[in-house]
Amino acid sequence: MKRAGFTTIWLPVALLLPQLMIIAIFFYWPAGWAVQSSFYLQDPFGFGSTFVGLENYTDLGSNSEYLRIAWFTVIYTCLVTFFSLAIALLLAVKADKVIRSARTYRTLLMWVYAIAPPVAGFMGIMFFDQRTGPITDAFQVFGWDYKLGVNYTDTATAMVIAAVWKQIPVNFIFFLSGLQSIPRSVNEAAIIDNRSSTSRFWQVTFPLLAPTTFFLLIINITYALFDTFGIIDTLLKGEPGNNPMTLVYKVYLDGFRGNDLGGSSAQSVILMVLVLILTVFQFRLIERRIHYT
Amino acid sequence: MAVVKLNAVGKTYPNGFEAVKPSSFTIADGEFVVLVGPSGCGKSTLLRMVAGLEEITAGTLNIGDREVNDVDPADRDIAMVFQNYALYPHMTVRKNIGYGLKNRGTTADTIEAKVQEAAKMLNLTELLDRKPSQLSGGQRQRVAMGRAVVRDPSLFLFDEPLSNLDAKLRNQMRIEIKALQRRLGVTSIYVTHDQVEAMTMADRIIVLNSGEIEQIGTPAEIYHSPASTFVASFMGAPPMNLIEARVEEGEIRVNGGASIGPAGRCPSGPIQLGVRPEDVELGGAGQTPFDISIVEELGAHRLLHGHLGGQPFTVHVGKEVAAAPGTTQIHLKPEALRLFDSQTGKAM
Ligand SMILES: Nc1ncnc2c1ncn2[C@@H]1O[C@H](COP(=O)(O)OP(=O)(O)O)[C@@H](O)[C@H]1O
Ligand SMILES: [Mg+2]
Repeated sequence: MKRAGFTTIWLPVALLLPQLMIIAIFFYWPAGWAVQSSFYLQDPFGFGSTFVGLENYTDLGSNSEYLRIAWFTVIYTCLVTFFSLAIALLLAVKADKVIRSARTYRTLLMWVYAIAPPVAGFMGIMFFDQRTGPITDAFQVFGWDYKLGVNYTDTATAMVIAAVWKQIPVNFIFFLSGLQSIPRSVNEAAIIDNRSSTSRFWQVTFPLLAPTTFFLLIINITYALFDTFGIIDTLLKGEPGNNPMTLVYKVYLDGFRGNDLGGSSAQSVILMVLVLILTVFQFRLIERRIHYT
Repeated sequence: MAVVKLNAVGKTYPNGFEAVKPSSFTIADGEFVVLVGPSGCGKSTLLRMVAGLEEITAGTLNIGDREVNDVDPADRDIAMVFQNYALYPHMTVRKNIGYGLKNRGTTADTIEAKVQEAAKMLNLTELLDRKPSQLSGGQRQRVAMGRAVVRDPSLFLFDEPLSNLDAKLRNQMRIEIKALQRRLGVTSIYVTHDQVEAMTMADRIIVLNSGEIEQIGTPAEIYHSPASTFVASFMGAPPMNLIEARVEEGEIRVNGGASIGPAGRCPSGPIQLGVRPEDVELGGAGQTPFDISIVEELGAHRLLHGHLGGQPFTVHVGKEVAAAPGTTQIHLKPEALRLFDSQTGKAM
C-alpha cells in the first residue's frame, strides 16, 4: 500500500499543534501543577506556601477519615460496578430472547443514558425524599425508617441506586449487541447439546460475552470512581456532614471548601496514578483481547 | 437408529407466513434422505422442526416410537450439523466434541474414550487441543461431524453442511459423510439446494418447492421420471429440455413439424415435452431439425446448445460424436419422452 507522506516537518506539526495545545493546557499543565502543589502547604488565606515534601501524602496515610472514605470508595465502586453489570446483563438476556432486533427497546433504555449525572442525582432525591419519595414510602412499608442525608447507610444506598440506575442503559446496549453477535446456530447447537438453559448460559453464552464484559468492567469502574461526582454532589446537596462520599468528591471538598490545596493536590495525584494503572490494565487487556474468530 | 414419521407436519410462522405446507412422509431406519429445493423453499424450516428448534404448528412428528412434538431438542436423541459449523469458539476441539456427552452425565473416562474414537474416525486426533479459530473450514466441518457422531444419536440432521466449503473439498466431504453414514447406519435427513449433492448422496430425495413436496423418490426415479416441470428443470445439470408441443392424433409434434414420437394415451392438445439432453441421438434415423448455435467442449462429452422448433434446446453427446454449429437432424428416444400438462406442469 502506498503511504501518503508530508514533504516538510512543519505542516504536520502545525496541524497537530491545536490538539497538543489543548492537551497541554487542560491536562499536562494542571496535572503538573497538582503534582507540584502536592509538595507544598498552602496558606489558607492565599499568602504564600511552604515546601513540606511528602508530608501531604504521609498525612493522608494516617488520616482516618481519608482512609474511611477510601474504603467506602472501594465498596461503592464494587457495588455500583457489580449491580449495574448484573442488572444490565439480566435485562439484555431477557430482551435478546424476546426480540432479535430490539430497536425500540434499545432506544427507550438509551434515553436514561442521556440524563446528566446531577439530574440523576436530583431524581434520586425525588425518589428517596423524606416526605414525598415513593421509594422512602416503600421502605417504610417494610419497616425501614429511611432517612436520606441523615443516616450514613441510607444515603449510601441512594448513591448506589442512583449511580447503578444511570449506568444500566449503556451496559445494556453493549451486552445486547454482544449477545446478538453470538451466531444463532451456536446457541442452537447448545440447545441440542444441553437441556438446561441456566448451564447453557454459563457454559456457552457467558464465555462468549467475556470480551464485552471485560471492556464494560473497566468502563464501569472508571464510571463509579470518577463520573458519579455529579450524582453524589446533588444527593449531598453540598452538605457533606457525616455522609458517605467517594475520593473524587473528597478532593473537591478539601480543595474548594476546605482550601487545603496541598492535601487536595496530593489526593488528586493519587487518583491520577489510579487512572494510569486502570488505563495500562485496559490497554493490556485490549492487546490480549479474547477474540474468537 | 429410528424410523422418522411426519404426519401432515406444517409450519406457519408467527407473522402468518406458511413456510411448510402440511407434509407427510416416512423415513426408514438407516435411510439417507435428502431434502432438496431452491433457496427459501422451507427446507431448513422443515429440518429445524424435526430438530425441535422450531415449533411444529401442524401435524405430528414421530422419531422412533415416540411422538416428539413437545419433546425438548436435547431429549430427541438427534444430532445436527449446521452450515456454518456452529462450533463453540471458546472450547477446544476435544471439549466441542464432548460437550453434549458431558451434559448427559457421561463419566469423564467414557467421554474421553468416545472423543478419541470419533477423532480417529475423522482424522482429528492431532487437532484435539486446538480452538476452532485455528482450524481450516474442512477441519471445522469434521469437528462438527465429530460432535454429531460422538453422541451416537438415532437421527442425524444436516443443514447444508458443505455450502461453505470450496468445490474440491465439497466433493471429498460428500463422500466422507456418505461413507460415515453407511458405516454407522444412522437414519439421516440432509438438506441442500445443490442437486448434485442430492443425487449423489441420497437413498431417497424429497424435492420441495414453495413449502410443498413436489416429489419423493430415489435419485433415479427423480431424474428419469420427474413428477413436474419444476422437478425436471431443478434436477440435473444441464436440466431436462422442456419445450412447448402439441399432441395430435396420438403423435407429438413441435410447431406443426413431423412427429417426434407417440404420445401414448395422452389426449390431444398442448403439452410440455420433456427430454433429458443425453436421451437424444444425432443423425441416423433422425428427422427433427436442431439448430446448433454453440458447442460446449467438456472433455469427456460435449453439450450442444441451440434451438428446436424455435425453442431453446440442449443435447449431450459423447466425445466421439463430432458436432459443429449449423442445422442437423436429431432423434429423440421415444421411451425417454416425458409429457407434462401445459397448465399445471404435472406429469401426465
Ligand atoms: N422466523 C421466520 N418468520 C417468518 N418467516 C420466516 C422465518 N424464518 C424463515 N422464514 C421464511 O420461510 C421460508 C423458508 O425458509 P427456510 O426454511 O429457511 O428456507 P430454505 O429452504 O432456504 O432453508 C423463507 O421464505 C423465509 O423467508
Ligand atoms: Mg436453509
